[in-house]
Amino acid sequence: MKEQLELIKQNALAALEAAADTAALDEQRVKWLGKKGELTAVLKMMGKLSAEERPVMGQLANSVRAEIEAKLEQRKAELSACALEAKLAAESIDVTIPGKAVELGHQHPMNQVLQQVKDIFVGLGYTVVDGPEVELADYNFTRLNIEEGHPSRDRSDTFYFNDEDSVLLRTQTSSMQIRFMENNKPPLCMLAPGRVFRKDEADATHSPMFHQIEGLVVDEHITMGDLKGALITIMRAIYGEDAQMRFRPHHFPFTEPSCEMDMQCHKCHGTGEVDGNVCPTCHGEGWIELLGAGMVHPDVLRNCGIDPEKYSGFAFGMGLERMAMGRLKINDLRLIFDNNIKFLEQF
Amino acid sequence: MKLNRKWLHEEFVDLSHVSDKEFVETMTVAGQKVETYERMDAEIKNVVVGKVVSIVRHENSDHMWVCQVDVGQEEPVQIVTGAQNVKQGDLVPAALHNSYLPGGIHITKGKLRGEKSNGMLCSFAELGLTQNDLPDAYADGIWILNDEDCKPGDDINLVIGNDDTIVDFEITNNRPDCYSIIGLAREAAAAFDKPMRHHEPVVKGSDVGSMYEMLDVEVPAENLCNRYSSRMVKNVKIAPSPKWLRQRLRANGVRPINNIVDITNYVMLEYGQPMHAFDYRYVGSGKIVVREATEGETLTTLDGNVRQLKPGMLVIADENKPIGLAGIMGGENSEILDDTTTVVFESANFNGTSIRQTALALGMRTESSGKFEKNLDPMMTVPAVQRACELVELLQCGDVMDGIIDIINYVPSPKTLELEPEKINRLLGTEISEADMVSYLNRLEIPVEGRTIHVPSFRPDLNLMADIAEEVGRLYGYNEIPTTAFKNATQGGYSPEMIMENKAGQLCRSLGFSEIITYSFVSPAIFDQIRLPADSVLRNAMRIQNPLGEDTSIMRTIAVPSMLDILARNNAYHNKSVKLYELAKIYLPTEGQVLPEEPKMLVLGTYGEGTDFFTLKGQLEAIFTGLRVKKATYSAVSDNPTYHPGRCAVVSIDGVELGYLGQIHPLVAQNYGMDVDVYCAEINFTKLFDLRLPDVTYTPLPKYPSVSRDLSLICDEAVTVAQIEDVITAAAGKLLRSVKLFDIYRGKGVAEGKKSMAFSLELRADDRTLTDADSEGVITKVLTALSEKLNATLR
Repeated sequence: MKEQLELIKQNALAALEAAADTAALDEQRVKWLGKKGELTAVLKMMGKLSAEERPVMGQLANSVRAEIEAKLEQRKAELSACALEAKLAAESIDVTIPGKAVELGHQHPMNQVLQQVKDIFVGLGYTVVDGPEVELADYNFTRLNIEEGHPSRDRSDTFYFNDEDSVLLRTQTSSMQIRFMENNKPPLCMLAPGRVFRKDEADATHSPMFHQIEGLVVDEHITMGDLKGALITIMRAIYGEDAQMRFRPHHFPFTEPSCEMDMQCHKCHGTGEVDGNVCPTCHGEGWIELLGAGMVHPDVLRNCGIDPEKYSGFAFGMGLERMAMGRLKINDLRLIFDNNIKFLEQF
Repeated sequence: MKLNRKWLHEEFVDLSHVSDKEFVETMTVAGQKVETYERMDAEIKNVVVGKVVSIVRHENSDHMWVCQVDVGQEEPVQIVTGAQNVKQGDLVPAALHNSYLPGGIHITKGKLRGEKSNGMLCSFAELGLTQNDLPDAYADGIWILNDEDCKPGDDINLVIGNDDTIVDFEITNNRPDCYSIIGLAREAAAAFDKPMRHHEPVVKGSDVGSMYEMLDVEVPAENLCNRYSSRMVKNVKIAPSPKWLRQRLRANGVRPINNIVDITNYVMLEYGQPMHAFDYRYVGSGKIVVREATEGETLTTLDGNVRQLKPGMLVIADENKPIGLAGIMGGENSEILDDTTTVVFESANFNGTSIRQTALALGMRTESSGKFEKNLDPMMTVPAVQRACELVELLQCGDVMDGIIDIINYVPSPKTLELEPEKINRLLGTEISEADMVSYLNRLEIPVEGRTIHVPSFRPDLNLMADIAEEVGRLYGYNEIPTTAFKNATQGGYSPEMIMENKAGQLCRSLGFSEIITYSFVSPAIFDQIRLPADSVLRNAMRIQNPLGEDTSIMRTIAVPSMLDILARNNAYHNKSVKLYELAKIYLPTEGQVLPEEPKMLVLGTYGEGTDFFTLKGQLEAIFTGLRVKKATYSAVSDNPTYHPGRCAVVSIDGVELGYLGQIHPLVAQNYGMDVDVYCAEINFTKLFDLRLPDVTYTPLPKYPSVSRDLSLICDEAVTVAQIEDVITAAAGKLLRSVKLFDIYRGKGVAEGKKSMAFSLELRADDRTLTDADSEGVITKVLTALSEKLNATLR
């Protein structure tokens, strides 16, 4: 009997190993372990054994059954893994086929640059404001110390709506200085970006409509050192930490002292030359003009009901188009307002 | 304003040891910004003085000559010339092999009809000069240098006076004094802390009599002429000016004419005071009247143009007629001629605005008017006319008469300011000593006595402490002021409306729309282009009185035309499928207000693949959802002529009309040159902002399941989805949570003129699971209402 069991075990294990799929495996299970299977048939003969032999054979038979069952489970797992592998292999795809298109729109490049600038200022505590584009001469000129007869008030420079030249398209966002000071009390910290208009024919560097960003800070004890510190911090945030800046005197009717801020040309590093030729970026100057600024003129503070003996402040203004064109290397201003989708999609 | 450095060194302040680059940078940082600078000899290279050693006919030419030219080297060089005025022994300009002439002309050696030529002999024109620069030179041949102080081998640039640098300054409006060599010299002396040499004009005079017996000056136009100073010169001998004077004029871009005219131009450059010289013969009755022109008066100016004058324009007249346009240009009828013998010098101070406006009106801005329009110093007229007379004596071109006529209507009274070192330091953020401040001011020739600043008449821009702070600051050095960080006491940030605008932009882009920026001003033709009715209030736009052109002459009252313009342009660029948005203002004139309302409009525009009404509507709905505004309703409108009459909806929230959504009318698309279907939505964003939902708070998630019931209805074709939804919503009561259309069907099984629409209703109670009876009850009420109100029945 012992030999019989050993033989069953050997044959069963071999047969299970040979089963090629789950159906064949099941067939073998029935053949060896089923009610009419071979192992069952042997066990049925247990009754004929002696009392001493019976437990020994019983133990052996159980271990043979366990081995066959273990083998059966192992083969089952192997075969199902194989089947899954085959199924997955059949399902394989070409992952280089493009994804299903999700169309995303593009922010206008100018507004991308503007958004970045605004975020920097907001982080420094500036309040962003918006104001009228059709404006009174009083806000655009008079209260900014730009008197009647000043050339910038000429009809060759400024668009007017009435015979008295009192309603116009604002020529500068500086009008927002007056509006903000009129409606708020110091401390003031304002940023006013927006459209401005001047009577220039459109060409590669001019447009009758363009954008400026105006800033204003008013509080007690604000100094020109503060103006420098603030503008250097902001411009480095925009142009990079290693940007070199300089200030030089200038004139604006609504600031005193006034200045312009230049950045050292990143192309020629201030030498004005590239490979022995005049630097194409700064035209040989070595510096690129960034903005105009200055300490708010006492008369302007007074015009807005702020006591210049108690308060001082600084203001600055910069052209957005120039900044965007410089950073994005756009060489023709007309592209900005052309709105060709092929242009917009580049950014 | 141009400055040639040699003039500066020779007459005022010697900075000849300073390189061009350093000069330019120091001047710029100290306050006079240099726009450009250029060496005068940059264009001419390797051209030297040559001596013609021998000259023989070219064997193969009847007009060319072969010259052996001593150019200061060991051996003479052979140069072939076609000029006929060269003789043996002449000194001539010789452009050697590999030389450059003005205009980038490159000269190299070559052969002319078989003869070697190692360069070229030059005329003065080839060296960039004119007959005006060289009145005695022969124009139609080689420039003969025999009378010049030069020898073979000398650089021709030295002979011409090109060993100089021209620096072009950007002068700001507040510094009229810097429109002069003296003004810039003062700035240079201050910037480099060097003493400046001053020269007070001295007129020796003569015994040819007094001008008072010959000339009478009246200034009835008191307001337009602050000061009129005049002197006279007799026995004038008109001739070319000396070389030094011609060279200084040429360097500054002024054409030499003759000694008298050159003197007026020289003084204008040096002092910044424009001057004029009249031929006394043509000053009728010996009387000069400075008055406004009368209606219909004309004057032929020096440039030969006849000018139509008007009251308000200032003229210099004699007893009968204008002889000059004050401050702008002289009259042809009194100009200096070769036979002029008696000259009247005018050195006047005119009202800047008046001069500017007259020059603008007549379209003739001149060097002189450009200076006057900055409002010059009235104290400069007398020194300038004195300087002119001094030069007359120096050049020996006439006898200065006794006397000076000086009519003064306005001169500024002397002005003093207090030096306030503490306030200046507080404004600049510096600790500059009072002594240093005084020294900076003195360098700028601003005298200080104790703490009293005596503001010179040439500095009308200095009026208060801040002005003095700027002078101190710029000589101390703006870049030396320590940078500091102020403590910002404000919170800052974006307004809620800006945050919503930003969000709207993000939503548009996430839906595939790209942003455009268009002009605020448009053409009045847009109204017809979009078929706006003739009586529409939108035609009432702000009109620019002085537009660049008709196309940009009115402020837009509607934003769709700008979008259509850009869509059309993209279509013309063959961009197949385009989705755009703009968020920008329109300008609506408002009764009782000087300024218009400027609401912001959100405009979506699209054409091409995959676009239709419902796609755009879905996108607009998504934007509304994203912006968290109240639920919008859409009602059909067929009377908006810009849109397709059957595919246009007016969009409202809470009864507030926000704008339109629809397909652009094919005729409008055609007006923009587009033969594709175009869809637009225009939403008043400013109104939309006011319709946003209050801040959200949590609503508990449902505890009990919902029941879904589908209704397939048959109704008349004219019944809309919105009507059915309204009836269902009203009839269903509070158990109804949502109603959604999921199918529309026409055709087999549905009678002609009818349609089938299928809706899915979701019912739910907060406090229990709904029973069949509950939902049946709701459905019965709904079906009854649908049948009664819309004649819609279950299919």
